[in-house]
Amino acid sequence: MVRLAALDLKMFRDAWHLRGQVIACALVVAGGINSFVSLSSVNRTLAASQAAFYEDNRFADAFASLVRAPEPVARSLEAIPGIAALETRVAVRVNLDVPGLAEPARGLVVSMPVEAAGGLNALHLVRGRLPVPGSADEALASEAFAKANALEPGDTIRAVMNGRYQRLRVVGVGISPEYIYALGPGQLVPDNRRFGILWMDRKALAAAYDLDGAFNDVAVRLAPGASPATVLGEMDRVLAPYGGAGAYDREDQLSHRFLSDEIAQNRTMARITPSIFLAVGAFLLYTVLTRLVQMQRSQVGLLKAFGYSGARIAFHYLQLALVISLVGAALGVGTGLPFAGHMLALYAEYYFFPMRDHGAVLPVGAVGVGLAVLSAALGAVPAALKAARLPPAESMRPEPPPRFHSGVVERWGLRRALSPAMRMLVRNLARRPLRLAASVTGIAVAVALLVMMTAMMDGIRHLMQWQFSVVQREDIQALLVEPRGNRAFHAFQSLGGVVQAEPFRLVAVKLRAGHRTKRGVLYGLEPDGQMRRVVDGDGTPWALPPEGLLLTAIFADTLGVRAGDRLEVEVLEGARPRKSVPIVGIVDEPIGYAAYVSRAYANRLLGEGDVLSGAYLRIDDDAREPLMARLKTLPQVAGANLREAARQQFDAMIERSVGIMIAVNLLFAWIIAFGLVYNGARIALSERGYELATLRVLGFTQREAASLLLGEQGVITAVGLPFGMALGIGFTLYFVWMLSTQMWRMPYVMTGANLVGAMGAVAAAAAASGAAVAWRLRHMDLVEALKARE
Amino acid sequence: MAEPVLRMKDVSKVYRVGDVEVVALHEVSLDLHAGEFIVLLGPSGSGKSTLLNLLGGLDVPTTGEVDYLDHSLSDGGDENLTRFRREHVGFVFQFYNLIPSLTAEENVALVTDIARSPLSPREALALVGLTERADHFPAQLSGGEQQRVAIARAVAKRPDVLLCDEPTGALDVVTGRLVLEVLERVNRELGTLTAVITHNASIAGMGDRVIRMSSGRIVDIATNARRLPASELEW
Repeated sequence: MVRLAALDLKMFRDAWHLRGQVIACALVVAGGINSFVSLSSVNRTLAASQAAFYEDNRFADAFASLVRAPEPVARSLEAIPGIAALETRVAVRVNLDVPGLAEPARGLVVSMPVEAAGGLNALHLVRGRLPVPGSADEALASEAFAKANALEPGDTIRAVMNGRYQRLRVVGVGISPEYIYALGPGQLVPDNRRFGILWMDRKALAAAYDLDGAFNDVAVRLAPGASPATVLGEMDRVLAPYGGAGAYDREDQLSHRFLSDEIAQNRTMARITPSIFLAVGAFLLYTVLTRLVQMQRSQVGLLKAFGYSGARIAFHYLQLALVISLVGAALGVGTGLPFAGHMLALYAEYYFFPMRDHGAVLPVGAVGVGLAVLSAALGAVPAALKAARLPPAESMRPEPPPRFHSGVVERWGLRRALSPAMRMLVRNLARRPLRLAASVTGIAVAVALLVMMTAMMDGIRHLMQWQFSVVQREDIQALLVEPRGNRAFHAFQSLGGVVQAEPFRLVAVKLRAGHRTKRGVLYGLEPDGQMRRVVDGDGTPWALPPEGLLLTAIFADTLGVRAGDRLEVEVLEGARPRKSVPIVGIVDEPIGYAAYVSRAYANRLLGEGDVLSGAYLRIDDDAREPLMARLKTLPQVAGANLREAARQQFDAMIERSVGIMIAVNLLFAWIIAFGLVYNGARIALSERGYELATLRVLGFTQREAASLLLGEQGVITAVGLPFGMALGIGFTLYFVWMLSTQMWRMPYVMTGANLVGAMGAVAAAAAASGAAVAWRLRHMDLVEALKARE
Repeated sequence: MAEPVLRMKDVSKVYRVGDVEVVALHEVSLDLHAGEFIVLLGPSGSGKSTLLNLLGGLDVPTTGEVDYLDHSLSDGGDENLTRFRREHVGFVFQFYNLIPSLTAEENVALVTDIARSPLSPREALALVGLTERADHFPAQLSGGEQQRVAIARAVAKRPDVLLCDEPTGALDVVTGRLVLEVLERVNRELGTLTAVITHNASIAGMGDRVIRMSSGRIVDIATNARRLPASELEW
């Protein structure tokens, strides 16, 4: 039988003896490795899957939609230098009647890419088959839409196409690199139940929309090295006579934008979170091992007397750190990989593309283990070196009493005010300022993590509360297929079940300030409207000016404009007028690129007379079902957004994705707080057990002795809490800045409840670990403790 | 003779070390009186320290009775024993057991803060001749000075009983004698019942009574006709 070397046995027994602290360290390391492995693995999977899907399915680089251009115009586009490939398409918005859904759903029907020609944005068939060329009633449904509505090949849905009812047979389910993340018009989060993509044979689709031999949408692949801005400008020039709505590249492509932002955020998290944990882990190991070497001075001396080399002894202590970090790494990798799977499953509910094995599970795991070992080494090396350098003779003698001196506080004259017990506390803290600073920082980080996670949660809730209660107060937003006169509004008003209606005008625009341009949406609202208002992030409503526009802050920042400046508004539909318009105010609104004007002003700008794009409706709840059924049958209605449905979608998303992240981070923050305080108090107990036993012998009660020991941890915690509050506010501001994408801004919401709750949670973790140490103190054998001079 | 201050009756103490029972004290009976100076002699493992721990309320007997005046120390519970130590007993150890983060004066104040009618820390330090070293931390004091601070700390509460476990064990002859002189002075000036454990037979001369122990039993109690002053001791 193989026997472990005696020194290795000692190492394992030391680990067993220190098991409480070993577990605390290992858990913190495990937290770091778990977050590293799960986040990195998810990040690599998402990035690799995105790249591979784009490559395999030839995701286009630029896009443009227009009203109608004859097919030969494509030749002019192809002639633009920098365009390598091009595919013309027909894409139309339709109103869908889905079995089992009361309200009308909205669809985007796109002509099938021409595979034979090596078409762009090639479809990936998930199941079923592609529509047969020439078929007029076959459609391929996007997987997101099919899944949300339980559509299978063979099912039929009804669509209102160009004002005519049409039965469509779903023959297959597919995905496209263009619609990995599908957000319907006016939606903040995907509602795949009520919005979906359908692909049909181009011929039938073109016929239905009078687009035979013509196209209204184009996708482009750029040649390597081509300047996107130049190409986009040229495309706009060619398409302008055909109602071109402005060419845009991937940066403005909704699906790409969301997925890329998500991946970027995820990558940042994958760097920050593990770093925090591993730093705390290294610090804990540093304190545990430094103390261990100090306690084992005479053992080190003995080993050296026996002839063990300094290097061997240093390795002995490194080994212990290594064992701890490997236990942590095993735990971290073991829980991180399944957690990554769980996160990817969540992503798969909102992002539809083939998740590819990034082939890096082993490397990620190995890097995780490497990081754990590295943080262990960082923490353990100082102690190991100390052990290696102890002179054998000196290490056999008991350590001389540690040197103390009166601290700054006492020199200020507070000396008389402090009892001897308080002075012990102050001097012990002051004796190791670095350790004190690191401990306080650790507590602060734990508080800050909690504050930040809660603030993020509160921010998202606030955003939605703001959106669904303050801004959006209608029950239904009903959209017309194309702008209509006031008769359409009266038709909405007279629908059974409609209590109140407000017309709105909605138009795609490109805003230009100097050399900067940005696409967005121009809302024409009723100045005295009650259902959709223009409201600042803090809830202050804006009055719509009779002249000029209000701009969202995101929009204004992108364009570099301020209130009082003028903008050029280029309308991207109809007669495509360009007008110079004054900016009356900047609305501190966290979501999207929007400009607000009064509807009357919008109509003047557009020169189309008194028209509306749709109406906001308040309805009688009892009449909901028949009203929905009626809306489905109105050919001029392009679709309806239900506020309540959107809110439910959102809540579901938060609950499933953010909820679990918060829970995990709460657990992590707890582990850090508990690990730090428990470890700190255990080390204090070990360093000063003799002292505490002396106090007990002198007649101090258990409570008095415990309060001295835990008083130090109490001070560390008490100082760490407010510091953590400040750090948490800093973290939150940083994350708010970092997580704000081009699409929306994370609001900064900091509540007293959050701050108090975070501090309370960490204080509770500290109290729990303090209680664990107090228990040990209670069971300390006085006579033994006095004998143990080690 | 007056009533004894501390009384042990048929006291046994059995420790269990793993599967082995170690009888540290075997049916010991002993009376200690106010103002006495007792020297406890015996080789290692003879039970001296166990006896002192029981007298000082650091431990309880397995069988038998330990009484302080009319209070029992045998079944007191932690709270009772803590109060006994706090109010009536001073301890001096071989390794001083000073709190390194407190100065000499503050180490004494640690006790005077919780005692009922103590000497002032300065008075206690004056008693051991260390007034000038009051603001020094343990690391700045010699071994003998540290032990004298420990004695000052032990006597500052005006204890009824002063228990010293090898107080000179870690000191050289000259310093050791100095420490013993302090103990002698405390015993004389404050009238404190003092018990000193030692290996060192030469110290026996300064006691009123000398108790010899071996294998957990008291084998001899001798009364000195004349107590030698500490200054005359030789070893």
